[in-house]
Amino acid sequence: MSEHIVSSYDADLQGLRQRIAEMGGIAEKMLVDSVAALARHDKPLAQAVIASDPRLDVLHREVEENAILTIARRQPLAVDLRETISAIRIVGDVERIGDLAKNIAKRALAIGDDFQPHKIVVGLRHMNDLVMAQLKDVLDAYAQKDTAKALDVWKRDGAIDALYTSLFRELLTYMMEDPRNISFCTHLLFCAKNIERIGDHTTNIAETVHYLVTAETLAIDRPKNDRSIDTTIEAGA
Amino acid sequence: MSTIALNTSSAVGKAAAGNAEAPVRIAVRDLNFYYGDFRSLKDINLDFYDRQVTALIGPSGCGKSTLLRTFNRIYSLYPEQRADGEILLDGQNVLSPSIDVNELRARVGMVFQKPTPFPMSIYDNIAFGIKLYERLPKSELDGRVEEALRKAALWDEAKDKLRQSGMSLSGGQQQRLCIARTIAQKPEVILLDEPTSALDPISTGKIEELIEQLRAEFTIVIVTHNMQQAARISQFTAFMYLGELVEFGPTTKMFMKPSKKQTQDYITGRFG
Repeated sequence: MSEHIVSSYDADLQGLRQRIAEMGGIAEKMLVDSVAALARHDKPLAQAVIASDPRLDVLHREVEENAILTIARRQPLAVDLRETISAIRIVGDVERIGDLAKNIAKRALAIGDDFQPHKIVVGLRHMNDLVMAQLKDVLDAYAQKDTAKALDVWKRDGAIDALYTSLFRELLTYMMEDPRNISFCTHLLFCAKNIERIGDHTTNIAETVHYLVTAETLAIDRPKNDRSIDTTIEAGA
Repeated sequence: MSTIALNTSSAVGKAAAGNAEAPVRIAVRDLNFYYGDFRSLKDINLDFYDRQVTALIGPSGCGKSTLLRTFNRIYSLYPEQRADGEILLDGQNVLSPSIDVNELRARVGMVFQKPTPFPMSIYDNIAFGIKLYERLPKSELDGRVEEALRKAALWDEAKDKLRQSGMSLSGGQQQRLCIARTIAQKPEVILLDEPTSALDPISTGKIEELIEQLRAEFTIVIVTHNMQQAARISQFTAFMYLGELVEFGPTTKMFMKPSKKQTQDYITGRFG
């Protein structure tokens, strides 16, 4: 894309991109660290995750304010308008991803040194690996304006939903086995749900990237495999 | 396992389908225009739809005003200027020598960048044009003047000073007076050549509001340098560059996702 006649216009848009890149980096690190803190009982790491959230909030506000100023000042059209609107949408999703990661870190502190079934932790980490790959790919897709990569992220979310359903089922089983498990299992269930929600936010970003590049919206149902609503466990099963 | 359906939908596409149903009022075919030896319009082919606003955009010197000036042959006031090709107004070629130019200019009215009221009263500014073509009793003429002023959204401001000079009005009012003068002739097409570029935002808003209302009755072609104005008031937009038509399409598409890179570069301020 060639440059604008008014160079400060390019600087405005570049400023949005840079802040979004920084936010993406922070959110990625928060997600990795929050699950690592959970798995390793690492309290300082969990606290570091919580401490990095305010920076994300500041950047979120800055991007929103600057995008609104850009609209007021430049009345962007075509690709510039899509880029400005997309920036507002994407930072909303990234900010929520940060909040969800922060919530995992808080639960890691709450669970403390309670026993955690190995199988569940492995499942959570696996789910987190998938979501991390989603987040990284969708941020790359945004930076490179790569709609094929964005679509790939959008389609892959079904696998995360399926994994969430199986974790949900296992956690229910543990809770039924022994009521003393209920406390930490509930925390882990929320952690799994948070990771699953982060996956949903990556698909939102993928949809925004698609719109940014093509000016068209992905309007129809995304592949979904979350069956936790239908999951029942028979007592003594 | 869910199936993946990849339907994409687009508001842009839907708007396009809605607009193109209007019949073609002016069809430009292989139009070339010359200022002496200089060819300033090159093989223009373009349709203007009935009771739609079409905006002509492009950098200075691209030929958009020249194109506008061919529709009522106002260029023929200058001997060194000539056009070839066809401009079909309701199927009739306005470039044909057999066309009565005065009658054509009554059918195709024009409003310019700078308001051009005649140095006479507000009333006479409008009555003057009507009297050129029609002999009406005073009461009927009064009615026509009022109707034109009402349609141009100037009646309330001018009704108590119809005998005052048209020059005494503000710039925005003068421009609406010129539009009223055009409307009074009962034209089919109204050509607007940067009608608001000399006006303040409030007067501009009034003219834009007026254009939206006039669309119910007239086919409107507007030349504007203001992209947002074109985006606001037109249903179709044509982008011209160096005497050529680069792209034409529904305005929503032109300003959200133009097909040609040149168009995108121009409307987003990347040109040059």
